Amino acid sequence: MFLKGIKRKFSEPGEEPVSSGEQAPATSPAASRTLSSSYSLQRQSLLDMSLIKLQLCHMLVEPNLCRSVLIANTVRQIQEEMTQDGTWQMMTQALAAAQCPADRLVATEVLCRQTDAATQAGQSPKPMSSASYLEADEDHLSADSRTGEKVFGTFEIKHPVPPPDPGLEELFSDVDPSYYDLDTVLTGTPKMGPYDLLESGGLQSCLMDLNELDHIIEILVKS
Amino acid sequence: MEEESDTRKINNSFLRDHNYATEADIISTVEFNSTGELLATGDKGGRVVVFQREQESKTQPHRRGEYNVYSTFQSHEPEFDYLKSLEIEEKINKIKWLPQQNAAYFLLSTNDKTVKLWKISERDKRPEGYNLKDEDGRIRDPSTITSLRVPVLQPMDLMVEATARRVFSNAHTYHINSISVNSDLQTYISTDDLRVNLWNLEITDRSFNIVDIKPANMEELTEVITSAEFHPQHCHTFAYSSSKGSIRLCDMRQAALCDRHSKYFEEPEDPSTRSFFSEIISSISDVKFSHNGRYLMTRDYLTVKVWDLQMENKPLETYQVHDYLRGKLCSLYENDCIFDKFECVWNGSDSVIMTGSYNNFFRMFDRNTKRDVTLEASRENSKPRAILKPRKVCVGGKRRKDEISVDSLDFSKKILHTTWHPQENIIAVAATNNLYIFQDKVN
Repeated sequence: MFLKGIKRKFSEPGEEPVSSGEQAPATSPAASRTLSSSYSLQRQSLLDMSLIKLQLCHMLVEPNLCRSVLIANTVRQIQEEMTQDGTWQMMTQALAAAQCPADRLVATEVLCRQTDAATQAGQSPKPMSSASYLEADEDHLSADSRTGEKVFGTFEIKHPVPPPDPGLEELFSDVDPSYYDLDTVLTGTPKMGPYDLLESGGLQSCLMDLNELDHIIEILVKS
Repeated sequence: MEEESDTRKINNSFLRDHNYATEADIISTVEFNSTGELLATGDKGGRVVVFQREQESKTQPHRRGEYNVYSTFQSHEPEFDYLKSLEIEEKINKIKWLPQQNAAYFLLSTNDKTVKLWKISERDKRPEGYNLKDEDGRIRDPSTITSLRVPVLQPMDLMVEATARRVFSNAHTYHINSISVNSDLQTYISTDDLRVNLWNLEITDRSFNIVDIKPANMEELTEVITSAEFHPQHCHTFAYSSSKGSIRLCDMRQAALCDRHSKYFEEPEDPSTRSFFSEIISSISDVKFSHNGRYLMTRDYLTVKVWDLQMENKPLETYQVHDYLRGKLCSLYENDCIFDKFECVWNGSDSVIMTGSYNNFFRMFDRNTKRDVTLEASRENSKPRAILKPRKVCVGGKRRKDEISVDSLDFSKKILHTTWHPQENIIAVAATNNLYIFQDKVN
C-alpha cells in the first residue's frame, strides 16, 4: 500500500524487484513467475490505477470525457498486451483455480467464461480479444443494471490482503504524497485486484449512462 | 535546443492580482481583443473582468499604457440541469472578442453548456428633465404637471455597462471546450467533446451541427474533439484537434456535415519512445491558426508543434516545452497532471510562440533564431518594472546556482492560459488566481 512520506529508492525498469517472491497466496506458481518481473508488476499496478480512475469517473454524473476516454484507451492497451503475452489468461485461470466463495465465482464468471469453455473442450485457452472482453463485460453490466442493482461500491476482500506490492511501490516512488488524491481511496479500501473493478464496468457503464441521457435529451430537444 | 539566457528582455510593467484566493478566483481564460486595447479574463466563479489600456501619456513617454480594470460582470451563474440531476458549473471556459464595429465592444463567453454574447458599452451622459417622472424615476402626480419640458442630455461620470445580448443554449450535451468567431463576422462555432456546432450571432434558437464524431454505440468511443478554430481569413475553413494527436481541416463548402475532412495532420509515432502514456501525451490540448493563416500550432503534453497547412504528414517544427517530465509520466498520470490542458499562442508577427508549464513557468520559442526561454510568473520576482530572469530546470547531475531541480517543481502552480497582444510585445499570463502582464523592456 502507499504510505505517505516514505522515501523509496527508484528502481530502473527491468531491474528485479527486491522481493520477487511476494505474491498473493492464491495466485498459481505459473502466474507468480510471469508477474515476478518488474515490468509486469508495473503494468499490473498501472492497470489497477487506471481501473480505479475509471471507477471514480463512473461516480460522477458527467465525467471529463476526454480524460475518461484516454484512461479507457490505456486500459485497453494494457489488456491487449497482457492478452498477447498470456498474462491475462493466466490471471483469469489463477482466479478460477483459487478457492473462492461461490458469490465471487459469479462475479468473475464474465472474465473466465471463454477460458472455461475452452478448457472444458480440452483445448488450450484462446487469447481473449479486447473486444470480447468488452462485450462480455457489457453483457454482464446491462444485465446488472436492468435489475437495478448498483454494482459499484461492492468491493470486498476476495483474497487475504497480500503483502505490499514491491513493483507498485517502486513505480510510484517519486510521487509527491502531497497531491496524492487516490490515497484515501486506496487506503480506505482493501487491496483490489483488477477483477473486482472489471465487473463493475468502469467507463463502459458511465459512458452508457451518458449515452442514454444524451438520447433522452435529444428526444426532448427535438420534440 | 540550447536555452538562451538573454533572448528576451521582458519588463514586468505591471502586476495585478487578488490577494484573496478562493476556488472561484482561479482564472480559467484570458484573451486580448483584436486591437489589444482590451484584455478579458474569465474565472471559475463565472465572472468576466475586462481591462483597458491607459492612453499613452505625453508627459511621461517612457510610461507605456498600463491595463486597468474597465468592467467586471457576472457572465454565468451556477445552474442545475434537472434532467440529468446535474450541477452546471459557472466556470468560464473560453472568451472570444468580436472585432469592433462601433463604439461598443462585444465578446462571447462560454461555460460547459451555454455561450453568451455580451455587449460592453460606455455611458457618460444621461437624460434629464422628463415630464412624467421625477429625477429618481418615480411617476409624478399628473395633476402637478402644468407645463411641457424638453428632456436634455447631461454629462455624468463615465459608466461602463455590460449587457447580455444573446444566450445560445441547449445545443451541447457534452462540455464546450472552445468557441471561435468566423472571419465573416456573422457566425461562430462552439465545440464540445464530440460535436462542433455552427451558429449565427443573431440567432439563438438554432444551430447547425457541422461535425459529429459520436459513435452510435458509446462503447466504441476512443477519440474526442479537444479544440476547434476557424481559419483567420477563409470563412469556410476550420480545424479541430483530437485526443489522438491529429488535426483535421474541414471545408464547409464541401458538405453541410463536415464529417469528411479535407486535410488530416498527424505525425507517425516514434517507436523508440513508445509507452503506455504515448496516446495520452499526444492528445492535443489547443490548436491555433497563425495570424497569416499559413500555419497551425498545436500543443500536446510535452511539446508544441507548428504545422504547415501544405504538409500533412509531419509538423514543420517541434519544440520541447518540458521534456524533463518524460521520466515522470507515471506520477503525472497518477496525480492527473497528465490531463492538464495547456494552451498556446502566437505573437503578432507569428515569429514567436508561447505556452505554459508547471511551477508558474512559461516558455517562449523564437521560430527564426530557434532560441527559447523559460520565464517565471511569480510575485516574488515580479516587482513592477523588474526584468524577468530566465529560469532553468536542471535534469539530473549537479544543480547549478539559480537552477531548479525537476524534483522541486511545484505541479500545483501551472500556467495553462496565456495571450499575446495582437501587435505589440505585451503578454498576459494567468497563474492560478493571479494575472501577470509583461511587456518588452522600454528603453
